[in-house]
Amino acid sequence: MPGKPKLHYFNGRGRMESIRWLLAAAGVEFEESFLETKDDLTKLQKDGSLMFQQVPMVEIDGMKMVQTRAILGYIAAKYNLYGKDLKERALIDMYVEAIIDLNELLMTHAFQPADKKEQHLATIVDKATNRYFPVYEKVLKDHGQDFLVGNRFSRADVQLLETLLMAEECKPDILAKFPLLQSFKARISNIPTIKKFLQPGSQRKAPLQEKDVPKLMKIFH
Amino acid sequence: MSGKPRLHYTNGRGKMESIRWLLAAAGVEFEEEFIETKEDLEKLRTDGVLMFQQVPMVEIDGMKMVQTRAILSYIAAKYNLYGKDLKERAWIDMYVEGTTDLMGMIMYLPFQPADTKEKNLALIIERATTRYFPVYEKALKDHGNDYLVGNKLSWADVHLLEAILMAEECKPDILSAFPLLQAFKGRTSNIPTIKKFLQPGSQRKPPTDKKFVAIVRKIFNI
Repeated sequence: MPGKPKLHYFNGRGRMESIRWLLAAAGVEFEESFLETKDDLTKLQKDGSLMFQQVPMVEIDGMKMVQTRAILGYIAAKYNLYGKDLKERALIDMYVEAIIDLNELLMTHAFQPADKKEQHLATIVDKATNRYFPVYEKVLKDHGQDFLVGNRFSRADVQLLETLLMAEECKPDILAKFPLLQSFKARISNIPTIKKFLQPGSQRKAPLQEKDVPKLMKIFH
Repeated sequence: MSGKPRLHYTNGRGKMESIRWLLAAAGVEFEEEFIETKEDLEKLRTDGVLMFQQVPMVEIDGMKMVQTRAILSYIAAKYNLYGKDLKERAWIDMYVEGTTDLMGMIMYLPFQPADTKEKNLALIIERATTRYFPVYEKALKDHGNDYLVGNKLSWADVHLLEAILMAEECKPDILSAFPLLQAFKGRTSNIPTIKKFLQPGSQRKPPTDKKFVAIVRKIFNI
């Protein structure tokens, strides 16, 4: 019954991408089953496989797990990427929740109507460079260590790297004022499991193109 | 340095209410400092005590914790309301995310434009009765235990009770098709710490009214 985790989602980033990143960073091989049409989603719903009728859903360790945060929390704890005690976990959670907030903004950019896109991008850049990045830059500066929490690789590092790269896709020089985040990005990208995930041919998904949006809307709406 | 946890938020439910519920259920006394004006929020920001310039913020165990879920997880783990192992934790997390989604919809209802309120309320009722409540009703039916996970009170039970009561404020008979949830509600409300929290004079906050919406809009510029 154990086997590789199996991810159910559409063939794109969305809310599943952070899960792909974390599994990859942990060196865990996984399979994917892609939803291509609304019928694919309906079938999963009718099967009773989706607790709240929603994806992401990940089959792992005999469970059909749903809810992105629950899945990420399980993977992180299972593969020792969640700190060594309650306090480290608290710190990781704080950092990760904010990263998820920024990620939400980045993720919804492709869905903005044309007349709202420029304003939305400005909001992303403002929040990223004034609210979020300064915090992580300061964390790295204050302890001078390679990783965000506990001098040890954790999910916080993985999720931050994912978000830094997504932010750079929106604005290539967005890290200009954050030298420690730049070196963090290089350093974490070089961790063997992550380096592998960043290479072409991995299960990392491409950014959403505008042309893909209608197909997505058809599946989920 | 230690002492009671200290909550920083507006004097209303919002995102802090689940934290109040969990602390109360765990029997933990807490203090509150209310943000009444924009200046109060600005002061917290310029003092540098809000990691991401946002509230909720809870001073607890020497930390100034922010991010609702981070705070809730910490409290749950500290007070043994987070299951006994990884798998129980996974179930609790899944259940809590569902009730978070439902309560999130209800929380924002007073802030929606007046002409969308009816539609949004209908959506809340539909989601509650067809997407969320059936899951918890089934969980209770399948194992026949008093609590959602591991035959023991957990964060999931506290959160579900909070969600049920909020949903009933939207539609008083919303549990009519869910006998086990009705029994769950009766049972869980009677747990001494929770019973106390449900009594007048506790730190539980009333439903959001027009007046509070106006205050929140002013403080947070929304």
